[in-house]
Amino acid sequence: MIIFDQVSKKFPDGSIGLEEITLEIPDKDFVFLIGKSGAGKSTILKLINKELNFSSGEIKVNNFNLSKLKRSKVSKLRRDIGMVFQDFKLLNDRTVAENVAIALQVIGEKDSKIRQQVMETLDMVGIADKAKHFPSQLSGGEVQRTSIARAIIAKPSILLADEPTGDLDPGNSDLIIDLLENINKELGTTVIVATHDVPIVDKRQRRVIHLEKGKILSDKNKGKYGKD
Amino acid sequence: MAKIKTTARYIRRSPYQALAAFVVMAATFFISGLFVLVAVGSNEVIKYFEARPQISAFFKDTAQNDQILALQKTITDTNLTSEVKFISKEDALKIYQDQNKNDPLLLELVTANILPASLDISTYNATDLEKISEILVKEEIIDEVVYQKDVVEKLTNWTRILRFGGVALVAFLTTVSVLIVFMVIGMRIAIRREEIKIMRLIGASNWYIKAPFIFEGILYGVVGALISSLVITMLVLYFSPEIAPFFTGIPIFPIPISVFLLLIGGQSLAGALIGTIGAQISLRRYLRI
Repeated sequence: MIIFDQVSKKFPDGSIGLEEITLEIPDKDFVFLIGKSGAGKSTILKLINKELNFSSGEIKVNNFNLSKLKRSKVSKLRRDIGMVFQDFKLLNDRTVAENVAIALQVIGEKDSKIRQQVMETLDMVGIADKAKHFPSQLSGGEVQRTSIARAIIAKPSILLADEPTGDLDPGNSDLIIDLLENINKELGTTVIVATHDVPIVDKRQRRVIHLEKGKILSDKNKGKYGKD
Repeated sequence: MAKIKTTARYIRRSPYQALAAFVVMAATFFISGLFVLVAVGSNEVIKYFEARPQISAFFKDTAQNDQILALQKTITDTNLTSEVKFISKEDALKIYQDQNKNDPLLLELVTANILPASLDISTYNATDLEKISEILVKEEIIDEVVYQKDVVEKLTNWTRILRFGGVALVAFLTTVSVLIVFMVIGMRIAIRREEIKIMRLIGASNWYIKAPFIFEGILYGVVGALISSLVITMLVLYFSPEIAPFFTGIPIFPIPISVFLLLIGGQSLAGALIGTIGAQISLRRYLRI
Protein backbone atom coordinates (compact mmCIF):
# COMPACT_ATOMS: atom_id res chain seq x y z
CA MET A 1 0.00 0.00 0.00
CA ILE A 2 1.25 3.44 -0.97
CA ILE A 3 -0.34 6.52 0.55
CA PHE A 4 0.39 10.16 -0.37
CA ASP A 5 -1.28 12.63 1.98
CA GLN A 6 -1.11 16.31 0.97
CA VAL A 7 2.40 15.81 -0.37
CA SER A 8 4.27 18.78 -1.83
CA LYS A 9 7.72 18.88 -3.31
CA LYS A 10 9.55 22.12 -3.85
CA PHE A 11 12.98 21.97 -5.52
CA PRO A 12 15.95 24.03 -4.30
CA ASP A 13 15.63 26.36 -7.32
CA GLY A 14 12.10 27.22 -6.15
CA SER A 15 10.22 25.28 -8.83
CA ILE A 16 7.24 23.18 -7.74
CA GLY A 17 7.50 19.42 -8.33
CA LEU A 18 4.30 18.38 -6.62
CA GLU A 19 1.56 20.40 -4.95
CA GLU A 20 -0.55 18.84 -2.19
CA ILE A 21 -0.95 15.47 -3.87
CA THR A 22 -3.18 12.95 -2.15
CA LEU A 23 -3.50 9.44 -3.54
CA GLU A 24 -3.68 5.82 -2.45
CA ILE A 25 -2.37 2.84 -4.38
CA PRO A 26 -3.46 -0.50 -2.92
CA ASP A 27 -1.35 -3.67 -3.05
CA LYS A 28 -1.23 -5.51 -6.41
CA ASP A 29 -2.59 -2.48 -8.27
CA PHE A 30 -1.34 -1.56 -11.77
CA VAL A 31 -1.23 2.20 -12.29
CA PHE A 32 -0.16 4.48 -15.12
CA LEU A 33 1.10 7.94 -14.15
CA ILE A 34 0.68 10.14 -17.19
CA GLY A 35 1.30 13.75 -18.05
CA LYS A 36 3.66 16.00 -19.95
CA SER A 37 7.34 16.36 -19.10
CA GLY A 38 7.65 18.18 -15.77
CA ALA A 39 4.14 17.16 -14.66
CA GLY A 40 5.53 15.32 -11.63
CA LYS A 41 5.44 11.66 -12.74
CA SER A 42 9.12 10.89 -12.08
CA THR A 43 9.00 12.99 -8.90
CA ILE A 44 6.30 10.69 -7.47
CA LEU A 45 8.40 7.61 -8.26
CA LYS A 46 11.52 9.17 -6.77
CA LEU A 47 9.64 10.13 -3.62
CA ILE A 48 8.37 6.56 -3.21
CA ASN A 49 11.92 5.23 -3.63
CA LYS A 50 13.26 7.97 -1.29
CA GLU A 51 15.56 9.23 -4.01
CA LEU A 52 14.07 12.63 -3.23
CA ASN A 53 12.73 14.07 0.00
CA PHE A 54 9.33 15.77 0.05
CA SER A 55 8.78 19.27 1.40
CA SER A 56 5.49 18.70 3.26
CA GLY A 57 2.74 16.15 3.79
CA GLU A 58 3.14 12.47 4.55
CA ILE A 59 4.06 9.39 2.51
CA LYS A 60 3.61 5.80 3.64
CA VAL A 61 5.03 2.91 1.65
CA ASN A 62 4.05 -0.49 3.05
CA ASN A 63 5.13 -0.26 6.69
CA PHE A 64 7.50 2.67 6.19
CA ASN A 65 6.52 6.22 7.12
CA LEU A 66 8.91 8.13 4.87
CA SER A 67 8.82 11.35 6.87
CA LYS A 68 10.26 9.48 9.87
CA LEU A 69 12.52 7.10 8.00
CA LYS A 70 16.17 7.33 9.09
CA ARG A 71 18.89 7.43 6.42
CA SER A 72 20.25 4.13 7.67
CA LYS A 73 16.87 2.45 7.02
CA VAL A 74 16.45 3.68 3.44
CA SER A 75 18.17 0.56 2.09
CA LYS A 76 15.50 -1.59 3.78
CA LEU A 77 12.74 0.40 2.06
CA ARG A 78 14.46 0.09 -1.31
CA ARG A 79 14.80 -3.67 -0.97
CA ASP A 80 11.00 -3.82 -1.09
CA ILE A 81 10.88 -1.69 -4.23
CA GLY A 82 12.11 -2.60 -7.70
CA MET A 83 12.98 0.36 -9.89
CA VAL A 84 13.23 0.48 -13.68
CA PHE A 85 15.07 3.69 -14.43
CA GLN A 86 14.48 5.99 -17.38
CA ASP A 87 18.20 5.74 -18.24
CA PHE A 88 18.36 2.02 -17.27
CA LYS A 89 21.34 2.52 -14.92
CA LEU A 90 23.10 -0.68 -15.98
CA LEU A 91 26.82 -1.18 -15.43
CA ASN A 92 28.47 -1.32 -18.83
CA ASP A 93 31.47 -3.33 -17.64
CA ARG A 94 29.30 -6.16 -16.33
CA THR A 95 27.36 -8.80 -18.22
CA VAL A 96 23.58 -9.00 -18.22
CA ALA A 97 23.70 -11.79 -15.62
CA GLU A 98 26.08 -9.79 -13.41
CA ASN A 99 23.93 -6.66 -13.67
CA VAL A 100 20.87 -8.60 -12.60
CA ALA A 101 22.76 -10.44 -9.85
CA ILE A 102 23.70 -7.16 -8.12
CA ALA A 103 20.17 -6.78 -6.76
CA LEU A 104 20.58 -10.06 -4.85
CA GLN A 105 24.21 -9.50 -3.90
CA VAL A 106 23.37 -6.27 -2.08
CA ILE A 107 20.93 -8.16 0.14
CA GLY A 108 23.52 -10.83 0.92
CA GLU A 109 22.09 -13.83 -0.95
CA LYS A 110 24.34 -16.87 -1.45
CA ASP A 111 26.14 -17.25 -4.78
CA SER A 112 24.43 -20.55 -5.63
CA LYS A 113 20.97 -19.07 -5.07
CA ILE A 114 21.91 -15.95 -7.04
CA ARG A 115 23.03 -18.02 -10.08
CA GLN A 116 19.82 -20.01 -10.09
CA GLN A 117 17.54 -17.02 -9.60
CA VAL A 118 19.33 -14.91 -12.23
CA MET A 119 18.72 -17.56 -14.88
CA GLU A 120 15.08 -18.00 -13.84
CA THR A 121 14.48 -14.24 -13.99
CA LEU A 122 16.26 -13.77 -17.31
CA ASP A 123 14.14 -16.63 -18.65
CA MET A 124 11.01 -14.92 -17.36
CA VAL A 125 11.85 -11.63 -19.12
CA GLY A 126 12.91 -13.50 -22.26
CA ILE A 127 16.65 -12.79 -22.46
CA ALA A 128 18.18 -15.93 -20.95
CA ASP A 129 20.28 -16.35 -24.09
CA LYS A 130 21.86 -12.91 -23.51
CA ALA A 131 23.14 -13.67 -20.00
CA LYS A 132 26.80 -13.33 -20.94
CA HIS A 133 26.36 -10.28 -23.17
CA PHE A 134 27.38 -6.78 -22.11
CA PRO A 135 24.78 -3.95 -22.23
CA SER A 136 26.52 -2.42 -25.25
CA GLN A 137 25.80 -5.64 -27.18
CA LEU A 138 22.03 -5.49 -26.54
CA SER A 139 19.10 -3.89 -28.38
CA GLY A 140 17.00 -1.20 -26.65
CA GLY A 141 14.31 -3.72 -25.74
CA GLU A 142 16.87 -6.15 -24.33
CA VAL A 143 18.48 -3.42 -22.23
CA GLN A 144 15.05 -2.56 -20.84
CA ARG A 145 14.34 -6.23 -20.09
CA THR A 146 17.68 -6.47 -18.27
CA SER A 147 16.68 -3.46 -16.22
CA ILE A 148 13.30 -5.05 -15.44
CA ALA A 149 14.96 -8.34 -14.53
CA ARG A 150 17.21 -6.54 -12.02
CA ALA A 151 14.18 -4.73 -10.58
CA ILE A 152 12.12 -7.88 -9.98
CA ILE A 153 14.73 -10.50 -9.10
CA ALA A 154 14.57 -9.79 -5.37
CA LYS A 155 10.76 -10.17 -5.54
CA PRO A 156 9.86 -6.66 -4.34
CA SER A 157 6.26 -5.88 -3.49
CA ILE A 158 6.37 -2.68 -5.56
CA LEU A 159 7.77 -2.13 -9.05
CA LEU A 160 8.30 1.43 -10.26
CA ALA A 161 8.99 1.95 -13.95
CA ASP A 162 10.02 5.39 -15.19
CA GLU A 163 9.32 5.75 -18.92
CA PRO A 164 10.06 2.08 -19.60
CA THR A 165 9.05 2.40 -23.24
CA GLY A 166 10.75 5.75 -23.78
CA ASP A 167 13.24 4.75 -26.47
CA LEU A 168 11.45 1.71 -27.84
CA ASP A 169 9.48 1.12 -31.03
CA PRO A 170 5.73 0.39 -30.64
CA GLY A 171 6.21 -3.37 -30.95
CA ASN A 172 8.86 -3.55 -28.24
CA SER A 173 6.89 -1.08 -26.09
CA ASP A 174 3.92 -3.42 -26.14
CA LEU A 175 6.10 -6.37 -25.18
CA ILE A 176 7.59 -4.48 -22.23
CA ILE A 177 4.15 -3.45 -20.91
CA ASP A 178 2.96 -7.05 -21.44
CA LEU A 179 5.89 -8.13 -19.31
CA LEU A 180 5.04 -5.61 -16.56
CA GLU A 181 1.39 -6.72 -16.59
CA ASN A 182 2.52 -10.30 -16.36
CA ILE A 183 4.71 -9.49 -13.35
CA ASN A 184 1.73 -7.73 -11.75
CA LYS A 185 -0.53 -10.71 -12.39
CA GLU A 186 1.86 -13.60 -11.72
CA LEU A 187 3.87 -12.21 -8.80
CA GLY A 188 1.21 -9.93 -7.30
CA THR A 189 3.60 -6.99 -7.50
CA THR A 190 2.18 -3.45 -7.32
CA VAL A 191 3.28 -1.81 -10.59
CA ILE A 192 3.44 1.93 -11.18
CA VAL A 193 4.43 3.05 -14.66
CA ALA A 194 5.26 6.67 -15.44
CA THR A 195 4.80 7.25 -19.16
CA HIS A 196 3.64 9.65 -21.84
CA ASP A 197 3.14 6.87 -24.36
CA VAL A 198 -0.49 7.49 -25.45
CA PRO A 199 -1.23 4.21 -27.35
CA ILE A 200 0.14 2.07 -24.55
CA VAL A 201 -2.09 3.69 -21.94
CA ASP A 202 -5.21 3.78 -24.10
CA LYS A 203 -4.88 0.13 -25.05
CA ARG A 204 -4.46 -1.31 -21.53
CA GLN A 205 -7.55 0.07 -19.76
CA ARG A 206 -5.79 0.34 -16.39
CA ARG A 207 -5.98 2.87 -13.57
CA VAL A 208 -4.63 6.16 -14.90
CA ILE A 209 -3.50 9.09 -12.76
CA HIS A 210 -3.16 12.18 -14.91
CA LEU A 211 -0.76 14.82 -13.58
CA GLU A 212 -0.26 18.38 -14.68
CA LYS A 213 2.09 20.96 -13.17
CA GLY A 214 2.49 18.89 -10.01
CA LYS A 215 -1.24 18.38 -9.41
CA ILE A 216 -3.58 15.46 -10.04
CA LEU A 217 -5.84 16.34 -12.93
CA SER A 218 -7.75 13.05 -12.87
CA ASP A 219 -7.52 9.59 -11.27
CA LYS A 220 -9.67 6.99 -13.05
CA ASN A 221 -9.91 3.23 -13.29
CA LYS A 222 -9.81 1.95 -16.88
CA GLY A 223 -8.75 5.42 -17.88
CA LYS A 224 -7.32 6.72 -21.12
CA TYR A 225 -4.73 9.38 -21.87
CA GLY A 226 -6.84 12.33 -20.82
CA LYS A 227 -9.73 11.68 -23.21
CA ASP A 228 -11.95 9.25 -21.32
CA MET B 1 33.18 -13.24 0.80
CA ALA B 2 31.41 -11.25 -1.93
CA LYS B 3 32.84 -8.04 -0.44
CA ILE B 4 36.38 -9.45 -0.49
CA LYS B 5 35.89 -10.47 -4.14
CA THR B 6 34.78 -6.91 -4.86
CA THR B 7 37.93 -5.61 -3.13
CA ALA B 8 40.07 -7.92 -5.29
CA ARG B 9 38.29 -6.68 -8.43
CA TYR B 10 38.88 -3.02 -7.49
CA ILE B 11 42.61 -3.68 -6.99
CA ARG B 12 42.92 -5.74 -10.19
CA ARG B 13 41.41 -2.97 -12.27
CA SER B 14 43.92 -0.30 -11.22
CA PRO B 15 46.96 -2.13 -9.89
CA TYR B 16 49.41 0.81 -10.03
CA GLN B 17 47.50 2.82 -7.43
CA ALA B 18 47.49 -0.26 -5.23
CA LEU B 19 51.23 -0.75 -5.78
CA ALA B 20 51.91 2.88 -4.77
CA ALA B 21 49.92 2.37 -1.56
CA PHE B 22 51.76 -0.89 -0.75
CA VAL B 23 55.17 0.74 -1.33
CA VAL B 24 54.46 3.82 0.81
CA MET B 25 53.02 1.66 3.59
CA ALA B 26 56.02 -0.68 3.49
CA ALA B 27 58.45 2.30 3.60
CA THR B 28 56.59 3.84 6.55
CA PHE B 29 56.63 0.63 8.52
CA PHE B 30 60.25 -0.10 7.61
CA ILE B 31 61.44 3.22 9.05
CA SER B 32 59.07 2.99 12.02
CA GLY B 33 60.19 -0.58 12.71
CA LEU B 34 63.86 0.39 12.67
CA PHE B 35 63.22 3.25 15.09
CA VAL B 36 61.31 0.97 17.43
CA LEU B 37 64.14 -1.57 17.42
CA VAL B 38 66.79 1.13 17.99
CA ALA B 39 64.72 2.65 20.80
CA VAL B 40 64.21 -0.74 22.48
CA GLY B 41 67.92 -1.50 22.02
CA SER B 42 69.05 1.77 23.57
CA ASN B 43 66.74 1.19 26.51
CA GLU B 44 68.44 -2.12 27.11
CA VAL B 45 71.86 -0.43 26.93
CA ILE B 46 70.80 2.21 29.45
CA LYS B 47 69.32 -0.44 31.75
CA TYR B 48 72.59 -2.34 31.54
CA PHE B 49 74.66 0.68 32.53
CA GLU B 50 72.21 1.71 35.24
CA ALA B 51 72.30 -1.81 36.71
CA ARG B 52 76.11 -1.79 36.91
CA PRO B 53 77.93 -0.30 39.93
CA GLN B 54 77.81 3.42 39.39
CA ILE B 55 80.89 4.32 41.41
CA SER B 56 84.10 2.37 41.77
CA ALA B 57 86.48 3.59 44.48
CA PHE B 58 89.96 2.04 44.22
CA PHE B 59 92.03 1.63 47.41
CA LYS B 60 95.70 2.37 47.85
CA ASP B 61 97.79 -0.75 48.52
CA THR B 62 98.40 0.60 52.01
CA ALA B 63 94.75 0.49 52.98
CA GLN B 64 94.04 -1.75 56.00
CA ASN B 65 91.03 -4.03 56.33
CA ASP B 66 89.57 -2.15 59.31
CA GLN B 67 89.89 1.17 57.39
CA ILE B 68 88.11 -0.37 54.39
CA LEU B 69 85.31 -1.75 56.60
CA ALA B 70 84.92 1.60 58.32
CA LEU B 71 84.62 3.39 55.01
CA GLN B 72 82.13 0.77 53.74
CA LYS B 73 80.01 1.43 56.86
CA THR B 74 80.24 5.21 56.41
CA ILE B 75 78.96 4.94 52.85
CA THR B 76 76.19 2.48 53.76
CA ASP B 77 75.05 4.74 56.63
CA THR B 78 74.35 7.60 54.21
CA ASN B 79 71.21 5.59 53.17
CA LEU B 80 71.74 6.86 49.64
CA THR B 81 73.14 3.59 48.31
CA SER B 82 71.40 0.48 47.07
CA GLU B 83 74.58 -1.60 47.17
CA VAL B 84 78.11 -1.25 48.55
CA LYS B 85 80.26 -4.19 47.56
CA PHE B 86 83.91 -4.82 48.46
CA ILE B 87 86.04 -6.23 45.61
CA SER B 88 89.29 -7.70 46.89
CA LYS B 89 92.47 -7.93 44.82
CA GLU B 90 91.64 -11.63 44.19
CA ASP B 91 88.10 -10.77 43.08
CA ALA B 92 89.51 -8.10 40.77
CA LEU B 93 91.84 -10.68 39.23
CA LYS B 94 88.92 -13.07 38.62
CA ILE B 95 86.98 -10.28 36.89
CA TYR B 96 90.04 -9.36 34.83
CA GLN B 97 90.60 -12.99 33.83
CA ASP B 98 86.98 -13.37 32.85
CA GLN B 99 87.03 -10.26 30.67
CA ASN B 100 90.28 -11.26 28.94
CA LYS B 101 89.88 -15.03 28.76
CA ASN B 102 90.52 -14.96 25.01
CA ASP B 103 93.87 -13.18 25.35
CA PRO B 104 96.41 -15.47 27.11
CA LEU B 105 99.21 -12.87 26.82
CA LEU B 106 97.29 -10.35 28.93
CA LEU B 107 96.44 -13.03 31.48
CA GLU B 108 100.10 -13.97 31.92
CA LEU B 109 101.18 -10.41 32.63
CA VAL B 110 98.74 -9.69 35.45
CA THR B 111 98.66 -10.98 39.02
CA ALA B 112 96.42 -10.13 41.95
CA ASN B 113 99.11 -7.93 43.49
CA ILE B 114 99.06 -5.31 40.78
CA LEU B 115 95.25 -4.96 40.79
CA PRO B 116 93.72 -2.63 43.40
CA ALA B 117 90.94 -3.62 45.76
CA SER B 118 87.84 -1.46 45.40
CA LEU B 119 84.33 -0.63 46.58
CA ASP B 120 81.60 -0.89 43.92
CA ILE B 121 78.73 1.37 44.89
CA SER B 122 75.27 1.86 43.41
CA THR B 123 72.91 4.68 44.46
CA TYR B 124 69.13 4.85 44.30
CA ASN B 125 69.29 8.19 42.47
CA ALA B 126 71.89 9.30 39.96
CA THR B 127 71.88 12.74 41.63
CA ASP B 128 73.43 11.21 44.79
CA LEU B 129 76.52 9.99 42.92
CA GLU B 130 78.18 13.36 43.41
CA LYS B 131 77.68 13.30 47.23
CA ILE B 132 79.08 9.78 47.56
CA SER B 133 82.00 10.69 45.34
CA GLU B 134 82.82 13.73 47.53
CA ILE B 135 82.96 11.52 50.65
CA LEU B 136 85.24 9.03 48.93
CA VAL B 137 87.81 11.44 47.47
CA LYS B 138 88.47 12.92 50.92
CA GLU B 139 89.56 9.52 52.27
CA GLU B 140 93.32 8.95 52.62
CA ILE B 141 93.06 5.27 51.67
CA ILE B 142 91.32 6.00 48.34
CA ASP B 143 93.55 6.19 45.28
CA GLU B 144 90.96 6.92 42.58
CA VAL B 145 87.17 7.34 42.21
CA VAL B 146 85.53 6.48 38.88
CA TYR B 147 81.83 6.90 38.25
CA GLN B 148 79.68 6.49 35.15
CA LYS B 149 77.37 9.39 35.65
CA ASP B 150 78.45 10.92 32.36
CA VAL B 151 78.03 7.72 30.36
CA VAL B 152 74.47 7.14 31.56
CA GLU B 153 73.56 10.81 31.17
CA LYS B 154 74.89 10.96 27.63
CA LEU B 155 73.14 7.74 26.70
CA THR B 156 69.88 8.97 28.21
CA ASN B 157 70.15 12.25 26.31
CA TRP B 158 70.85 10.51 23.02
CA THR B 159 67.98 8.09 23.55
CA ARG B 160 65.68 11.00 24.34
CA ILE B 161 66.67 12.78 21.12
CA LEU B 162 66.31 9.54 19.19
CA ARG B 163 62.87 8.93 20.67
CA PHE B 164 61.58 12.44 19.96
CA GLY B 165 63.03 12.39 16.45
CA GLY B 166 61.68 8.90 15.86
CA VAL B 167 58.21 9.72 17.15
CA ALA B 168 58.10 12.87 14.98
CA LEU B 169 59.27 11.00 11.87
CA VAL B 170 56.91 8.07 12.48
CA ALA B 171 54.02 10.50 13.05
CA PHE B 172 54.86 12.26 9.80
CA LEU B 173 55.11 9.00 7.83
CA THR B 174 51.90 7.69 9.40
CA THR B 175 50.11 10.84 8.29
CA VAL B 176 51.52 10.40 4.78
CA SER B 177 50.32 6.76 4.77
CA VAL B 178 46.83 7.73 5.89
CA LEU B 179 46.76 10.38 3.14
CA ILE B 180 47.91 7.87 0.51
CA VAL B 181 45.15 5.41 1.48
CA PHE B 182 42.71 8.33 1.56
CA MET B 183 43.74 9.35 -1.98
CA VAL B 184 43.78 5.85 -3.47
CA ILE B 185 40.38 5.00 -1.98
CA GLY B 186 39.11 8.43 -3.06
CA MET B 187 40.14 7.68 -6.66
CA ARG B 188 38.44 4.29 -6.49
CA ILE B 189 35.25 5.93 -5.22
CA ALA B 190 35.41 8.51 -8.02
CA ILE B 191 35.81 5.75 -10.63
CA ARG B 192 32.97 3.71 -9.06
CA ARG B 193 30.64 6.64 -8.34
CA GLU B 194 27.98 5.51 -10.81
CA GLU B 195 28.14 1.92 -9.62
CA ILE B 196 27.82 3.03 -5.99
CA LYS B 197 24.86 5.25 -6.87
CA ILE B 198 23.10 2.34 -8.59
CA MET B 199 23.83 0.01 -5.67
CA ARG B 200 22.33 2.51 -3.26
CA LEU B 201 19.22 2.88 -5.41
CA ILE B 202 18.62 -0.86 -5.48
CA GLY B 203 18.91 -1.25 -1.72
CA ALA B 204 22.58 -1.70 -0.83
CA SER B 205 23.25 -0.92 2.82
CA ASN B 206 25.98 1.54 3.78
CA TRP B 207 28.09 -1.34 5.07
CA TYR B 208 27.76 -3.22 1.77
CA ILE B 209 29.11 -0.17 -0.06
CA LYS B 210 31.79 0.67 2.53
CA ALA B 211 33.14 -2.81 3.22
CA PRO B 212 35.19 -3.38 0.01
CA PHE B 213 36.90 0.02 0.43
CA ILE B 214 37.67 -0.58 4.11
CA PHE B 215 39.01 -4.07 3.33
CA GLU B 216 41.19 -2.50 0.64
CA GLY B 217 42.59 0.04 3.12
CA ILE B 218 43.28 -2.72 5.66
CA LEU B 219 44.97 -4.80 2.96
CA TYR B 220 47.36 -1.95 2.08
CA GLY B 221 48.27 -1.47 5.73
CA VAL B 222 48.70 -5.13 6.63
CA VAL B 223 50.63 -6.12 3.48
CA GLY B 224 52.88 -3.04 3.81
CA ALA B 225 53.51 -3.90 7.48
CA LEU B 226 54.24 -7.55 6.73
CA ILE B 227 56.70 -6.70 3.94
CA SER B 228 58.59 -4.21 6.14
CA SER B 229 58.61 -6.51 9.21
CA LEU B 230 60.02 -9.39 7.18
CA VAL B 231 62.69 -7.18 5.57
CA ILE B 232 63.70 -5.78 9.00
CA THR B 233 63.81 -9.28 10.49
CA MET B 234 66.02 -10.57 7.67
CA LEU B 235 68.34 -7.53 7.80
CA VAL B 236 68.75 -7.70 11.59
CA LEU B 237 69.41 -11.45 11.54
CA TYR B 238 71.88 -11.05 8.66
CA PHE B 239 73.86 -8.21 10.27
CA SER B 240 73.67 -9.44 13.89
CA PRO B 241 77.11 -11.16 13.80
CA GLU B 242 78.68 -7.88 12.61
CA ILE B 243 76.94 -5.64 15.16
CA ALA B 244 77.03 -7.92 18.20
CA PRO B 245 80.78 -7.33 19.06
CA PHE B 246 80.03 -3.62 19.66
CA PHE B 247 77.71 -4.62 22.50
CA THR B 248 79.89 -7.20 24.26
CA GLY B 249 78.54 -7.84 27.73
CA ILE B 250 75.24 -6.08 27.06
CA PRO B 251 72.43 -8.64 26.76
CA ILE B 252 70.98 -7.48 23.40
CA PHE B 253 72.22 -10.11 20.97
CA PRO B 254 70.97 -12.55 19.91
CA ILE B 255 67.63 -10.76 19.66
CA PRO B 256 64.89 -13.14 20.90
CA ILE B 257 62.44 -14.40 18.27
CA SER B 258 59.59 -13.01 20.40
CA VAL B 259 60.80 -9.47 19.55
CA PHE B 260 60.38 -10.17 15.84
CA LEU B 261 56.97 -11.76 16.39
CA LEU B 262 55.91 -8.69 18.39
CA LEU B 263 57.22 -6.45 15.61
CA ILE B 264 55.26 -8.34 12.92
CA GLY B 265 52.08 -8.47 15.02
CA GLY B 266 52.30 -4.86 16.18
CA GLN B 267 53.04 -3.48 12.74
CA SER B 268 50.22 -5.54 11.16
CA LEU B 269 47.76 -4.19 13.72
CA ALA B 270 48.99 -0.64 13.18
CA GLY B 271 48.74 -1.20 9.40
CA ALA B 272 45.15 -2.38 9.69
CA LEU B 273 44.35 0.68 11.82
CA ILE B 274 46.01 3.14 9.41
CA GLY B 275 44.25 1.49 6.42
CA THR B 276 40.88 1.64 8.15
CA ILE B 277 41.34 5.29 9.16
CA GLY B 278 42.44 6.33 5.63
CA ALA B 279 39.54 4.47 3.98
CA GLN B 280 37.02 5.76 6.53
CA ILE B 281 38.10 9.39 6.02
CA SER B 282 37.78 8.93 2.27
CA LEU B 283 34.31 7.37 2.58
CA ARG B 284 33.15 10.21 4.82
CA ARG B 285 34.60 12.82 2.50
CA TYR B 286 33.35 11.41 -0.79
CA LEU B 287 30.29 9.33 0.09
CA ARG B 288 29.26 10.87 3.40
CA ILE B 289 28.90 7.44 4.99
